[in-house]
Amino acid sequence: MGKSKRARPRLSGTDVPRVDGAAKVTGRAVYVDDLPPMPGELHGRAVRSPVPRGLLRGVHFDSSFDWSDVTVVQAEDLNENIVAVIVDDQPVLASDRVNHVYEPVVLLACEDKRKLARAVDAVTLDITPLEPVLDIETSLSGDVVVWGEDNVQKRYRIQRGDEDIDAAIERCDVVVHGTYATPSQEQLYIEPQGVVAHWDEQGVHAIGSIQCPYYVHKAFMRALDEPANRIHITQAVTGGGFGGKEEYPSIIALHAALLSRKSGRPVRMVYDRKEDMEATTKRHPSRCEITSGCDRNGRLLALKMSVAMDGGAYVTLTPVVLSRGILHASGAYQWRDVHIEATAVATNTPPNGAFRGFGAPQTIWAIERHLDEVARRLGMDPIELKTQNVLREGDTTATGQVLRTSVGSLPCIDKAVTKSGYYEKRKRGPIIEGRKARGIGASVFMHGAGFTGSGERRLKGKAAVDLLPGGRLCIRTASTDIGQGTETVFRQIAADAAGVGLADVDFAVPCTTHVPDSGPTVASRTVMVVGSIVERAAREIGERVAAEQSARGGTFAAAGDRLLAEGEVTSLLTYEAPPWVNWDDDTYRGDAYPCFAWACDVAEVEVDLDTFEVQVTGFWSSVDVGKAIHPAMCKGQMEGGTLQAIGWALCEEVIWQGGKVQNPRMTNYIIPTALDAPPFHTFLVETPFSYGPGGGAKGIGELPMDGGGPAIAAAVEHATGLSAKEMPLSPERLLSLSISSSKEAS
Amino acid sequence: MKITLVLNGAKRVVDSAPGVRLLDVLRGPLQMPGTKEGCGEGECGACTVLLDGEPVNACLVPIGQCAGRDITTVEGLGAPAHLSPLQACFVQEGGTQCGICTPGMLLAAEALLRRSPRPTDGEIREALAGNLCRCTGYQRIVESVRTAATMRRDDGGHA
Repeated sequence: MGKSKRARPRLSGTDVPRVDGAAKVTGRAVYVDDLPPMPGELHGRAVRSPVPRGLLRGVHFDSSFDWSDVTVVQAEDLNENIVAVIVDDQPVLASDRVNHVYEPVVLLACEDKRKLARAVDAVTLDITPLEPVLDIETSLSGDVVVWGEDNVQKRYRIQRGDEDIDAAIERCDVVVHGTYATPSQEQLYIEPQGVVAHWDEQGVHAIGSIQCPYYVHKAFMRALDEPANRIHITQAVTGGGFGGKEEYPSIIALHAALLSRKSGRPVRMVYDRKEDMEATTKRHPSRCEITSGCDRNGRLLALKMSVAMDGGAYVTLTPVVLSRGILHASGAYQWRDVHIEATAVATNTPPNGAFRGFGAPQTIWAIERHLDEVARRLGMDPIELKTQNVLREGDTTATGQVLRTSVGSLPCIDKAVTKSGYYEKRKRGPIIEGRKARGIGASVFMHGAGFTGSGERRLKGKAAVDLLPGGRLCIRTASTDIGQGTETVFRQIAADAAGVGLADVDFAVPCTTHVPDSGPTVASRTVMVVGSIVERAAREIGERVAAEQSARGGTFAAAGDRLLAEGEVTSLLTYEAPPWVNWDDDTYRGDAYPCFAWACDVAEVEVDLDTFEVQVTGFWSSVDVGKAIHPAMCKGQMEGGTLQAIGWALCEEVIWQGGKVQNPRMTNYIIPTALDAPPFHTFLVETPFSYGPGGGAKGIGELPMDGGGPAIAAAVEHATGLSAKEMPLSPERLLSLSISSSKEAS
Repeated sequence: MKITLVLNGAKRVVDSAPGVRLLDVLRGPLQMPGTKEGCGEGECGACTVLLDGEPVNACLVPIGQCAGRDITTVEGLGAPAHLSPLQACFVQEGGTQCGICTPGMLLAAEALLRRSPRPTDGEIREALAGNLCRCTGYQRIVESVRTAATMRRDDGGHA
């Protein structure tokens, strides 16, 4: 007689201690540069282009330098000189031309790190400079073509309702026009990029600070011409990524692997902060132009928008960034007629790439600031206008998607507005005491969870759960924990689904040799998409063991061991998208994402009217997460992501000159400290998504990046009357706005 | 040159050129990789250790200056089976996400709590202002330190 399945309290919804916490707080977590040196290990470095564009005539090695113990790799050492991402335009090493400052040309390795630095200086690149293109406007003009036929790396268009958008706008009572811009932003994970590579009879091995081991695997297959089973990519404990370690690690890993192959020795490449900030990917700068029409009661009607993004010198992930950008450009609102065109252009700057939000923060900045202006013209409070027009369950988006489920827009607005006292504070007007002015502002936003449109179906992500001896389970997935808590939350999901305890679940180190390709750790998909596969697989294992218990009795562990005696017990499953998700890649219409997460942010600021420094004194955030499997970790994502958004809005800016980064150091690229961070009041709203694991979880990792900037700009406008349409709201820019608006006034 | 120092309560001798960074000596010959390098220029605080009880950036301290002195790294605060209240709070309260800033953050917090057992939130933020975190937004770090302070006081002031 078997026992029935033990009834345990559900782990989903509880703040279990982080599984990797003890290792991290005792300094025992092993990040890539904590790995002890391998026998014979060399250090590796890249020699990089000093100019943004030119013809590479030759490479000279100083003959007075002792090269005998230095390994040299150049373009000809590659089987196929391509970094495999989406379009085959980026070489691993420049061969006949360079297209951005810091483009890698030569790789060097040496056992002596200091000699290696001298070796880098002993290489001269003979480059004939060509005229570079360094900004969006110049690129769009097409005067100088640096990529493809016309510098355009990608275009999209979204159209809904009246095709004659200009006529539709003209018929509206109130027409507003504006232009908006966002700058480059650096991910600034505190652990720099790093990889250690070596070769042996099993092939090539690389371990590193990596979000997506299978991306590196794919890049290795292409550039090194090795078969899949001879490539072993492992994620080490990773000190932050935020997208910056999504596609870039393929490059640093290839560099280390090439040097290792040529030298016959293991090679360690860890960037110093300056090289990291200069050479790796950053957020796409953007420009948006919006003309909108609404009726005099504030009903939004017609939206015409053009979006331009700077992809940098090579395409990398730009088509997907632009896609997400255009799909979020109309904001969280219902429009009748929509016409949006989005264009990504090339410039001779280091390729831009993934950074939390991935195109959406750029366009949401624009639409939110624009609607703040529309509200001002109507004499309405912006949140009144936004609440009136926000999408609700059953409404249709700009791509024609009917929001059939899990729409927490109104509860989020209500909660944030109530808890912050927004309306009372707004009506009171700015509070001016001495040279300080206080104001309050808000933003409303949504963020699509998971890959766009047909992405997940094409990806066919997989995850596995194995039964281990003693009634234990092991989760095998390529999804990485980069701080957001994958290792903990997946264990909660699996334990609940199988009916075991948290301590009974292992999480395999993400190494491509052992784990299936779950798809990349990006797009806010890890819990919602991959977690749902883990849940199904764990449930299947649990059911198999329970069936054995019913048949022949015993504990879960005893029944499990009997099954294992007959052979492996594994559930390897593929993601199943909700059956009703329908997306047309050609017309850009349909269900852009299975669901959206929703939020409302309210920021309170204090502006020093002499120095124009802005201090964020309070921040309220209400977020619809579907279901919070680990509430503290959900809030941690909101708080951390919001502070990155605050940094972007106030003090972070990559300064470029001649295609070079002028501030590639933490000294002069400023991110918020504990003194800059406001007290966060975060409220989780749960409108479960029935296809989400753990009771309906949705993806939320990127959502917080969208709302902080516009909320702060609205608060600064409330405090000072200055309406910023460009980020960051640095003291210099606010002063400049103040001068130009007093000129207008007089 | 041979340099003698006390590391996490134990006497250690290293043979090193005096100008080598303390950070490199800790992570290399002294085999204490818990102290991390984030920027190499004293901005991020990931390399914070206690030198005679005072928080310093190990990337800016030459080993020659450490002769005869007392150094505490994160490894000296507690072990996985015996977490200090401060370490336990970071795990429990969400004070650590990716963990790379955590060792430095813990040492800075330890220095604060030793000199100021009842810190206000403002004092906590001031003490941690030299430790950059990109993941947490700092709120849960501040809460962790506040909770740990209470636990330490209840425990009669023991770390």
